Amino acid sequence: MKEITSSMAGTVLNVLVSNGDEVVAGQEVMMLESMKMEIPIESQVVGKVVEVKVNIGDFVNEGDVLLTLE
Amino acid sequence: MKKILVANRGEIALRIIRTCNEMGIETVAVYSDVDKEMPFVKEATYAFRIGEAPVSQSYLRADAILEVAQNQNVDGIHPGYGFLSENAHFAKAVNDKGIIFIGPDPDTIDLMGDKIVSRKTMIEADVPVVPGSAEGTSTLEEAIRLAESMGYPVMLKASSGGGGIGMVRCENEQALTKSFGSTRARAKAYFGSEEVFVEKYIQNARHVEVQVFGDHHGNLVHLFERDCSIQRRHQKVIEESPSPNLSEHVKQRMYETALKAASAVHYKNAGTIEFIVDEEENFYFLEMNTRLQVEHPVTEQITGLDLVKWQILIARGEKLPQEQFEIQQSGHAIEFRLYAEDPKNFLPSPGEIELFQWDQSLGVRVDLGYESHSTVTPFYDPMIAKCIIHGSTREEVLNKADSFFRDLTIKGIKTNAPLFRGILKDLDFQKGNYSTSFLTEREIIVN
Repeated sequence: MKEITSSMAGTVLNVLVSNGDEVVAGQEVMMLESMKMEIPIESQVVGKVVEVKVNIGDFVNEGDVLLTLE
Repeated sequence: MKKILVANRGEIALRIIRTCNEMGIETVAVYSDVDKEMPFVKEATYAFRIGEAPVSQSYLRADAILEVAQNQNVDGIHPGYGFLSENAHFAKAVNDKGIIFIGPDPDTIDLMGDKIVSRKTMIEADVPVVPGSAEGTSTLEEAIRLAESMGYPVMLKASSGGGGIGMVRCENEQALTKSFGSTRARAKAYFGSEEVFVEKYIQNARHVEVQVFGDHHGNLVHLFERDCSIQRRHQKVIEESPSPNLSEHVKQRMYETALKAASAVHYKNAGTIEFIVDEEENFYFLEMNTRLQVEHPVTEQITGLDLVKWQILIARGEKLPQEQFEIQQSGHAIEFRLYAEDPKNFLPSPGEIELFQWDQSLGVRVDLGYESHSTVTPFYDPMIAKCIIHGSTREEVLNKADSFFRDLTIKGIKTNAPLFRGILKDLDFQKGNYSTSFLTEREIIVN
């Protein structure tokens, strides 16, 4: 199981993948908003999305798990 | 007016409180959970919690703010900039409660808040506007047709947008097609309306704005210009007055045009007319900001006037304190917006500021929102302070700025101070030779 974590504290603006999607390294999987800036979250790995752990509008802290991959 | 509620946070709340203190006016601050220890909360006469950290649960809660205002029997509400400052419903709700909204009439806010309506108003008043669509565009086909009629590149903008959000430059039809859907979605998400319009993109443009003031007796004056061309992602980073390398006769025409624009909407209180200036010094109306601007201290430094004081005097029905011929400009001023962000990749850098200090002997005005041991949280914009440097000449200001940023110490978070040191070394910046593309088109050495 691989995890994608938040690189900084912020609010989830958009979730760009769903359960079962195949993602590649470098793909944008989520958009966060922090300090009035849009922060794209990219996957560092290749895998299939098992679970999206957050919803649009959620506040996440740095290091929180955003989604899991297999 | 004996008691004013400040419906804002950070540096601008503190800035407003300081003028109120000088005028013998009591202040009421409102704050979110994470702002409890901020300097503006400590400095206010009274302070009340209005909710949790996210702006939708605190600083944008008109009902909670009005409740505090009524319980505290305040005479006026100063909205600062951002948040509820350009919300006509809020301004009207304040006035309906018998409290003075320190700003223009709600109808004026409404009129100038919509970019398409404000463009129409200015065209009718014979004020030049950027060539663009007269109506909002709802289909991609229409947007493409309009873009072709004016020629690429074009700017695609949200009609109700502001603060640099919801606008994108499109080089050709493919780019316009790609951005159309996302710009509409963003416009809907941020501003509640998905209406967009197309405007001609002006190459190597400068962004120059004119400060105006109107009172309730029909008087209107300008307080000269500010050059705000140093921007990143359409967000201002450095502002100065006077504008370098702009012909005197063009400035005079801009002042006259700004007064004509303000007069067309019977403008009251502080307002700013933003213009785009092309390489031949033709200028076009871009938008009007119906509030105090972030960069107002630049104007205060060269005129010696307190714009917040003027706002309060006018709101309580007094005439403008000075006539046009009495308002003089002296020397040069530049403002640098200090942001909590990584100077290389521009990512936000929240955290506790362990130390924030600078050389006081230089006489630099620092309008701060945070101090040593304050915490910058991820909920609000990253500006921690504005550093405003005034001198008799631009050269003197640049030298002083260089000393200031070499001495400035901020520990605990990253800031864009190294970027300023790099910009100050740039020869074109030193000559005042720059446009809005300055920061995107060149490599500033950051170390």
